[in-house]
Amino acid sequence: MAIFQLKVNGEHREVNVDPSTPLLWVLREDLKMTGTKFGCGISACGACTVHVGGIATRSCIVPISHIGDRPIVTIEAMAADPVGRVVQNAWVEEDVVQCGYCQSGQIMAAVALLKVTRKPTEQNIEESMGGNLCRCGTYPRIRAAIKTAAAELSKGGA
Amino acid sequence: MPRIRAGLLVSIVVVVVSWIGAARFADADTTTTAQGLAAWEQVYSVLTSPRCINCHTATNYPQQGDDRHRHVANVVRGPDGTGVPGLNCIGCHQETNADSTGVPGGRNWHLAPLSMRWQDTNDRALSSAEVCRAVTDRSKNDNLDGPGLLKHHEEEPLVKWAWNPGRKPDGSARTLPPLTHEQFIAATRRWVEAGTPCPGR
Repeated sequence: MAIFQLKVNGEHREVNVDPSTPLLWVLREDLKMTGTKFGCGISACGACTVHVGGIATRSCIVPISHIGDRPIVTIEAMAADPVGRVVQNAWVEEDVVQCGYCQSGQIMAAVALLKVTRKPTEQNIEESMGGNLCRCGTYPRIRAAIKTAAAELSKGGA
Repeated sequence: MPRIRAGLLVSIVVVVVSWIGAARFADADTTTTAQGLAAWEQVYSVLTSPRCINCHTATNYPQQGDDRHRHVANVVRGPDGTGVPGLNCIGCHQETNADSTGVPGGRNWHLAPLSMRWQDTNDRALSSAEVCRAVTDRSKNDNLDGPGLLKHHEEEPLVKWAWNPGRKPDGSARTLPPLTHEQFIAATRRWVEAGTPCPGR
């Protein structure tokens, strides 16, 4: 066990965990932030996506000892994030969600895309979201919501 | 006259000595080129091993594993070889190996540029001559000369990672290149000292 000082959604958090523990389980089990989901556990589905140092990161395969001092941002902070809020609104507007299990990861990936690429092309969306799986098949609505969010952001929505 | 004879004698001696020296140098040069080509083949055996060539693709994606299959999760190259927003290489690959989860890592994990592709678009390794030409073409290799290539092989973290590739998700060790790093550097040095000769050139 070892003590790690983390910055999660702007707040300082301290955890005492095995250094090999994946970030996902620190978030869910130690910090009780269950918005981030466990899907495959091998970084193949994207359900566990959070932002670490501004980079969309698969939290299921990154040991906590590899985080360092980089800030962690999770789905719980998206409502207060300028781009995250626009994306969440677009998700509601396009009625994206079916079962919803993968949607935290989908939104975190979409926000990462739109923070860098304000006017994403079809190819941008396909490539950036290609690692996030949805067993309900909400892909068309996800793409529509990203375009809706991009349009809103281009109007100065964030 | 004696002075002229002496001068003539000296000239003859100089010419003969120069000729012998040149012949010896030519022999040494020929040998060195052959040795350099042999050393290159050793270097090539490393460059085309999975730990190296998996990120020197000609396609829009990296490979993984000893069978060099397409990288899972629809990972793509992106405009600068670092993936795309939402799916960057460093979103999984941290600065060091994560042996507890089986994910390899190294500083600035990324794909080699397409100018440094060492395989064709069907994922077959290019020939020794083709890879050698690419590696020595300064318009393609980040303007590295021979000593620069040696330094790259000696010091680049992602090159050195090939000899410390960590463990796979099942806990077993990833396979290593066919030479040790020391042998690889020694072979690169011999090749560079020979003037980076390429097969068929």
